This record gives sequence, C-alpha cells and structure tokens, in this order.
Amino acid sequence: MLDEGKKPLVSVKDLRMHFPIHAGLLRRRVGEVKAVDGVSFDVMEGETLGLVGESGCGKSTCGRAVLRLYDITSGSITIDNREIGPTPQTELREMRPTMQMVFQDPQASLNPRMTVEDIIKEPFDEHTTLNDAEKREKVAELMDAVGLNRKFAKRYPQAFSGGQRQRIGIARALALNPKFIVCDEPIAALDVSIQAQVVNLLEDLQQQFGLTYLFISHDLSMVRHIATRVAVMYLGKIVELAPREGLYADPLHPYTKALLSAVPEPDPSLARATQRVILKGDVPSPSNPPEGCNFCTRCPSVMDICKRVEPEYREVHPGRFTACHLYNDTNDTVG
Amino acid sequence: MPDGALPVLEVQDLKTVFQTRGGEVHAVNDVSFSLKPGELLGVVGESGSGKSVTMMSLLGLLPSPPADVRGGSVQFDGKDLLHVSQEELRSVRGGKIGFVFQDPMTSLNPVYNVGFQIMEPLRKHMGMSKREAAARAQDLLELVGIPDAAQRLNDFPHQFSGGMRQRVMIAIALACDPQVLIADEPTTALDVTIQAQILELMKELRDKLGMAVIWITHDLGVIAGIADRVMVMYGGQVVEHAPVHELFANPQHPYTRALLTTIPKILGERAARLTIIEGQPPIMGAAPTSCPFRDRCDVAFDRCAVENPPRFDLGNGHDAACFYDARTGGPRDA
Repeated sequence: MLDEGKKPLVSVKDLRMHFPIHAGLLRRRVGEVKAVDGVSFDVMEGETLGLVGESGCGKSTCGRAVLRLYDITSGSITIDNREIGPTPQTELREMRPTMQMVFQDPQASLNPRMTVEDIIKEPFDEHTTLNDAEKREKVAELMDAVGLNRKFAKRYPQAFSGGQRQRIGIARALALNPKFIVCDEPIAALDVSIQAQVVNLLEDLQQQFGLTYLFISHDLSMVRHIATRVAVMYLGKIVELAPREGLYADPLHPYTKALLSAVPEPDPSLARATQRVILKGDVPSPSNPPEGCNFCTRCPSVMDICKRVEPEYREVHPGRFTACHLYNDTNDTVG
Repeated sequence: MPDGALPVLEVQDLKTVFQTRGGEVHAVNDVSFSLKPGELLGVVGESGSGKSVTMMSLLGLLPSPPADVRGGSVQFDGKDLLHVSQEELRSVRGGKIGFVFQDPMTSLNPVYNVGFQIMEPLRKHMGMSKREAAARAQDLLELVGIPDAAQRLNDFPHQFSGGMRQRVMIAIALACDPQVLIADEPTTALDVTIQAQILELMKELRDKLGMAVIWITHDLGVIAGIADRVMVMYGGQVVEHAPVHELFANPQHPYTRALLTTIPKILGERAARLTIIEGQPPIMGAAPTSCPFRDRCDVAFDRCAVENPPRFDLGNGHDAACFYDARTGGPRDA
C-alpha cells in the first residue's frame, strides 16, 4: 500500500501545545498542561494516519492543533506546501477549504436550529460566490455522496439518528473539496452496528475524492482496519509510529505492547489463553510529567536511564519510529 | 459452577413499557433468564436494546410513571421482587443484590468522602456500628486493590481517577456480601488499559467471593474474556442465549452473526472491508407481533413478518429466537 514515491501532504515538526494553568487571587500563571509536547510526523498523500492513545494523551488536541484551531505554543506545520504554524487566524481562513474536520459528537457539532441543507451549505456561503440554486445542487450531490436521502434536506438534525448525523458532519467537511480531513473519534459515539457503516463510507470517499485522513481514535481494532500507518501517543508525545502491519504484529514500544494486549479480543478461547500485560497505576498528570521517559512510572521494562534521560524519538528500523531506550543500543541492526 | 444448582435469580416474562408523549415504548418484551450461584452472565446489545432497563425493572429502580412494569415475575430469595413492599425491596438493593453503574463520575456523591459512602450500606443493611463499618470499609478498599486504604477512606470522589472510582463503586456494591452483583457497562467509560485492570479484578473477586454476576456491555470482546454464559438482546427481547464458547463458535441468530462479523479484530486476518448491518435498530412502539430484526436481516422470509419467533431450544443450553435454521439453511419446522 505504501508507495515509496509518495510525498507528505502534511508535515508536523516538534509541535507543542501547552495550556496555561492560572490559580490564586490574581489568577497568576502557575504552570501549564503540556497537552502536546514535541510531536513530529508526516501524513502522506492519500494515506490514513491513525492516531491512537488513551483519554488525556493529547491526541484530540494534536488533531485540532494541526488544523490550527488553536494558536500553537511552538512548532511547524506544513500542509500542502504551506507553512501554517505561525500564520494568524485571519489569513488561515483562506486555507480552511483544503483542511477540514469531522468531530466526535454529531449531536454537539451540528446546530440544532439549522436545517441539514443550511448546515451543509454554510461552507459555500463563507468561501464561494455560487448562487443559491448552484449551492442547493451541490448540497444535494453531497447528500447523495454520503448516503443521505435528498428529500430530508429541509429537516433538522434531531430528526436523524446518530449515524445519519455523522454523515451530515462528513458532508459538511467534504463541501469545499478538501485534501486533508482530521477525523476526531468520528465513530466513538455510535453503536457497533452503525460504526462499520460510517467507516466504510469514509473509505469510499477517500477512494472517490483522493482524501488524506488523520484518523484519531481510541479504538485500536478499528484503527487497524482503516489506517495505513499508526502513531501511538502517550502523555503528549508520540511513543511509536509504524506501518499498520508492523505495529500490530510486532510492536516495539512497551506502551504499545501493553495497549494492544489490553484490547479485549472477541474470541473466548483466545481471550482466556493470552497472557495480558496489565499496566499498574494511572497516567501521570500532563501538568507534571515524570522526569526522563513519560512512561517510566508504569513501564514493565523500565531501566535506570529511563528515569533520568528522555528517550529520543527516532527511526530505529526503516519506517519505524519509536522513543524508547530499549532500542538505543548500537547493535540494533536486526530487522 | 455446579450444573443443576438452584438458580439464585429467576426472571420470567418480564415486560416494561414507558409512557411517553409520543406514545408507548415497549422497552422490555417477555425477557426470561435465570442465574446460577457463582456464574457470570453476560448481556450484550446495542443502545436501546433493553439490557439496562431489564435490570433496572427487576430491582424496581425505574420511576413510575413513565415506566410501567406490566408483567412477569422475578424470583429471588424465595420472593417475587415485583410484588414486595418498597421497604423489602430497599433491603435487597445494595444488600443481597449489588449494583455497579456505568459512570463512576456521576454515581458517587461528590460531597461525601468515599469512606462514608462505603459505610452507608454496611450501617443501613447490616446494622454495623461506626467502628465496625469503618474497619470493613478499609478491608473492602484493600480487596478492590486501592493502595493506602486507611488514608483514602477520607478522600472525596474527585480525588480518585476514573478507574479508582470504579473500584470504589465495586467496593460499595460488594459491601454486604451480595449473592448477585449487577454491573451495568462498568468499564465503558474507562480506557482500555484501565478496563483490563478492572476485568482482571472482577474475575479475581468472583472466584474469591463466589457471587453470581450479571455483566451488561455492548462490547463482545469484554464478554468473550469474562462471561460463562451470554444473552444477546435486540429490540427489548432476548434473541440468542448460549454458553460463551458455543455463542462465539456457533452463533445461530442472524443478528449475533452479523454483530460478530461487523467488529474489526486486533489479531489474525484483517478484512479488506467491514461487513455492515444495514438500517437502524427499531424503536418498539407496540408489543412485537413480528421479528424485530427482520428489516435488517438477510435471511428473513414471510413468516418473520407475521409472527414474533419464540426462543427455540437448540440443546446444550443454547437457544435462539429465529425461524431460520442456520444448520439446515431453511425454515425451522415448528
């Protein structure tokens, strides 16, 4: 699947997004939540990069920061050969059509007072000079593309089920022919039988329109299905990034191993036979991460060096990145 | 678990209807099941399939109106829980039947410390003195694996993480040595690594304390790892019921089969495309007169539209509510 000649459409370098903590009578700045703390990755044209991690690891913040929905603390983001890291929000506006987002909660991300037609039409109002009839025609085409009945254009979001609402959100994201879409947990709020419908739709649309996705999810089995490459985040940092097959068959980072082994497998004989890696304790607070490696407080293979020195995020085998001292030896020529 | 042991809990033909402004909603339709001592019964279904409402009905936890438990019987401890006084019911809830809810955030009271909340059932149901209850509360926190139990009794819920809060909930549910523990999506709000911790803890506790557990979830993976028997619910009724290995190896109801193929797997072959179940789950506006799954079913035929299939016994403790016989590939003769 991974063409060697493919160029990155999105390139993120050392992205940091810190949120200040204010406290006390004078609301003085007493610290910061390092939600995203030095993250680098590329998203190749036409691929789906899965971004997985547990709640609070910074994956959603990372997705939003890449689209510059926040003013980032530092770092560089290049989308379609344009650097947007330091660009002010007013100038970003003209870039918005190329990069879009599908949100997690279709209930909260659709305005209940707007009809479906108005919701999908709004991007055209903002960014194009089409006349009303043209816009309506476009809306109808988009509704066809995402599998919604054109006849329902005048209805309000509450008349639709969760899966259908997510289709409305996808249609809106598609309106301006974007190249890059960040899907932030697009199926987390849906029932299992509906999840597959939405995932298949996203795959079809990718084929049809040549889209590039950053697919954020905590569902490792679904990411295995949809992603070309997968990045695993823990406490604001990417701990491992690898092509799908490699990551699931042979995870390198101890956190990835634990995460994969914690996923309940829907097969009773396997589920009872496999020896799980059960992590002790909870994720440390991102406002006060441990010294050294962020994972050293829970890591089953922790060494002395991990508690002092932060491991470097680097390519240990071709295409496989990880940040772990276990792979720092010089004799890692295997594989 | 000993076969042939008398069930601790036996539910027969339970029916619950909600009166809403838009008319009636038949949320639970003739649900029957039994639970043997020490076994873990998994209940799977999508949202709206009636799995939570079933459990809340049998404990009288639903406000009436709008809920109306129209019929059936719930045999527990020699009594029918649907026909006992509120007072008696209150002594069962939190006493011989413990309950763990989905969201550990909202089911603990934020203004009391967890020690008080664990001691509450001990003092109410078991008449313990404050000192006895405090000692027992500490034991319980240790049992569910919370470090520094003695100190943490004085902490408030917001001082615990999600996984720790769920452990506190489990400690409260276990306080009075329940015969039955009902756990409603207890790990859904938790992350996978924390979920793995809680699942491990539940298995340990079940073996140690020997209570029967009803585990409600939408996650077939969780069920596969923990349950002895599984009941699949759809449209407010039980569509399939079997021992866990049998259910996964040999699913007989089209809904169960579809559900098992629609979820991607983390091991083994990766499907190029996910199989989907077309359409939406039904809202039961009336008591079912036809099969609730027929609109989404790929093997439905005429009979499914005019008659609601009963649960056919397939032997080995396996039953399925379907007129289609997957083994012969044709209609069931009945």
